Amino acid sequence: MTHHTPPPPTVGCSDAPVLKERGQHEVFCGLTGIIWLHRKIQDAFFLVVGSRTCAHLLQSAAGVMIFAEPRFGTAILEESDLAGLADAQDELEREVDRLLARRTDIRQLFLVGSCPSEVIKLDLSRAAERLSARHAPKVRVLNYSGSGIETTFTEGEDACLAAMVPALPATDERQLMMVGALPDVAEDQALDLLARIGIDKVTVLPARHADAQVGVGPNTSFALTQPFLGGTHSALERRGARHVPAPFPFGEEGTTAWLRAVARDFGIDQARVDAVIDAPRARARKAVAKAAETLAGKTLFFFPDSQMEIPLARFLTRECGMEAVEVGTPYIHKALVAPDLELLAEGPVIAEGQDVEKQLDRCRAARPDLTVCGLGLANPLEAEGMTTKWAIELVFTPVHFYEQAGDLAGLFSRPLHRRDRLRLEAAE
Amino acid sequence: MKLSVWTYEGPPHVGALRVATAMTGLHYVLHAPQGDTYADLLFTMIERRDHRPPVTYTTFQARDLGSDTANLFRTACEAAYERFQPQAMIVGASCTAELIQDDPGGMAETMGMPIPIIPLELPSYQRKENFGADETLFQLVRRLAAPMARSEAITANLIGPTALGFRHRDDITEVTALLEGMGITVNVCAPYGATPEDLTRLGAAHFNVLMYPETGEAACRWMERELGQPFTKTVPIGVGATRDFVAEVARITGLEARLDESRLRLPWYSASVDSTYLTGKRVFVFGDGTHVASAARIARDEMGFEVVGLGCYNREMARKIRALAKEFGVEALISDDHLDVEAAIAEAAPELILGTQMERHTGKRLGIPCAVISAPVHVQDFPARYSPQMGLEGANVIFDTWVHPLVMGLEEHLLTMFREDFEFHDDAGPSHHGGAHVRREATDTPAQDAPAEAENVIWLSEAERELKKIPFFVRGKAKRNTEAFANERGLDEISVDTLYEAKAHYAR
Ligand code: SF4
Ligand code: SF4
Repeated sequence: MTHHTPPPPTVGCSDAPVLKERGQHEVFCGLTGIIWLHRKIQDAFFLVVGSRTCAHLLQSAAGVMIFAEPRFGTAILEESDLAGLADAQDELEREVDRLLARRTDIRQLFLVGSCPSEVIKLDLSRAAERLSARHAPKVRVLNYSGSGIETTFTEGEDACLAAMVPALPATDERQLMMVGALPDVAEDQALDLLARIGIDKVTVLPARHADAQVGVGPNTSFALTQPFLGGTHSALERRGARHVPAPFPFGEEGTTAWLRAVARDFGIDQARVDAVIDAPRARARKAVAKAAETLAGKTLFFFPDSQMEIPLARFLTRECGMEAVEVGTPYIHKALVAPDLELLAEGPVIAEGQDVEKQLDRCRAARPDLTVCGLGLANPLEAEGMTTKWAIELVFTPVHFYEQAGDLAGLFSRPLHRRDRLRLEAAE
Repeated sequence: MKLSVWTYEGPPHVGALRVATAMTGLHYVLHAPQGDTYADLLFTMIERRDHRPPVTYTTFQARDLGSDTANLFRTACEAAYERFQPQAMIVGASCTAELIQDDPGGMAETMGMPIPIIPLELPSYQRKENFGADETLFQLVRRLAAPMARSEAITANLIGPTALGFRHRDDITEVTALLEGMGITVNVCAPYGATPEDLTRLGAAHFNVLMYPETGEAACRWMERELGQPFTKTVPIGVGATRDFVAEVARITGLEARLDESRLRLPWYSASVDSTYLTGKRVFVFGDGTHVASAARIARDEMGFEVVGLGCYNREMARKIRALAKEFGVEALISDDHLDVEAAIAEAAPELILGTQMERHTGKRLGIPCAVISAPVHVQDFPARYSPQMGLEGANVIFDTWVHPLVMGLEEHLLTMFREDFEFHDDAGPSHHGGAHVRREATDTPAQDAPAEAENVIWLSEAERELKKIPFFVRGKAKRNTEAFANERGLDEISVDTLYEAKAHYAR
């Protein structure tokens, strides 16, 4: 097969200096992950213990009320809860009892900590233990923090998955665990590919239902599908599982590298893998090529958002021909993104954390052709004449693996395309 | 602790943000964790503003707690002043910062900035968004406005419109025109479009127009007391209210009441024969107190509807809405729990809901059309076209908006005649809406079925078929009435006769 993606760069970004910023962040907190997690884990309820702000964040970030009866809610702390702490535990128990009585379909309950619950030191792990004892075996109660003082946006999913790991049953079975909450369509495609290249036993974390048998142990290898799962990565290693490092499965190149790494770990030879992936690879390339016509040669600037920025920069530069000016990301898990950094040619500023005003200054100075940023910044930048892509779509849309590679590229080409199409001046 | 899924109002600092974002030359330094920056998207996405809200969030993290947060706040203040050079700053805490008690207000005041710094105390665990806006405007006015000579010509201030307000942008234009029609010019409109410097000129106006009591009343009361400016009590939404407003302004100013009605269309549209079908349509009204009061009056007096339920989510308006409900002979629903509101609507089984975006969703679930009359609203309620609620054009807009979700006059009769027609059945919804707007399951939601199951009444199949012929928007009600009727009489079966006996029994 001919090479369509360029060879690996002689100097990648593995050792590039990182601009560390500690100013104002313009990023959601970890609670936001609930919006996709509650769709993914179909018998789970996410109960945030927080303030009116937390409830308002969830409803605003969700694009507001798209789901008739969502499986999440906020137990809003009131003046009286703040006064006496013993109270708050009882109050929480009462709310949970009421909730579980009403929603008999719920098998897993996540108590999600917020900034206020952490600042007043409300012990949610104790609450989870007590509630678990009370509602076992029907409902399992776990807790994690999605607070803005501890977690940034996608780190909420990481915290949630990491909280599930200690509760997984032990197994010695040789298996692959695929980790990350993906839309079903992408997940199903991956499972199908993995089965066809000869990996017999694959489990997924998070599973769609509580009774799916997901075990973990020394014969478990795990592959991450998202770069923000650092905490989950450590939790799984503590259970004896082994990480399969690989570029993340975005685009044709990423997916291929990811699958090959997994196959190698299972001692499956590459010829067998290639026989399975040749056709979808070709499709993915074709689909990406279309969007790449628009993207090639264009400059690209990432504001920090989901931690997907580094792998996406790799995809957009290598497969779509874009040129990255700055790749900002909230946090860099070196162990996880090293393979992507290696493939990303040196050049762009790699920034970790944020000081939004300074970053805006850099962005305005660079005038990139495409800026990837959060919802708070997109329209103001558009009004300044810049073309933007809102980052949150990247976590809400199926973008992983071969069949979505074209869609992924399309997410970035569409704003450019649109700007080209609009003709609002007088004809003369 | 109270479990909540969707909320009508955000926290109070979001109210403060609505004031700050409406203004220019003002900056807000908010002591808050990073997640709270979501509030920016309310303005940039939902309202489609082309500027970032003028707010600096300190975005403190767990590692800063106990040591650095106060310092962080100080640096953020200085950096904000340096960068934005505002005429004044407001400073305050969000719910989390309130707990760590850094006292941003006190700190900022001692920083020796060369501009007015206005500290905000917004109790996050007790109050909500509207209070936050009202209080912020009040504090700004109290600090910046002062008694001064009145303008020579008669002028008024417009008080209350904010960013993210329901149609505030266009209401300002409409009210300005109303006043102009009487020879009155606007001195300052605040907070929408005002600078802190403008606020120092508030005292020059002869009176204040309180456009939105939710967000402007505290400021108006203060100005009445301290600056001797009377303020208007009538909110000019609807034809009658607009005429009352003009009369009130005439009373306050001694000018002649003048209102150019040449472009007013609501009265004729309402009188024209096609509107006969609107008569007695049962409506449920819910939203903020001010818009609900206006909408209820329009519904009854200007559209000829029957108001079968009304209420508001902001407790500050509870008393007013209770009194209004009494006048309408219904019970007021004062609640900020959307599930309560949904239950009340299901119970009342109206033909039209006048509500907020929450009720739009409730309406979708229950299969009841809904027109939006109040915040909270979503992106489609910030239309590109001019569409005020206030003044005479506002009345025209309201007529169109409320009638739009309904099945039109003749169409309704045709639907009744051809109910069994395979493509022209009543579940198809109004013909001027694409797609199936009204879902067939709507009247079979568990909430409505529950009593029937509990009481063990059996519908004979004939009766069930007959029930299906009843228009969808009253079917739920008919079903429950019939079951109640059967229960009262100790019947365990419902026949076609029972159905019609019940109908006669409940006939209005
Ligand atoms: S789903 Fe539609 S109606 Fe509901 S809030 Fe979003 S835009 Fe508004
Ligand atoms: S940053 Fe903290 S207080 Fe704000 S919404 Fe997130 S968890 Fe709640």
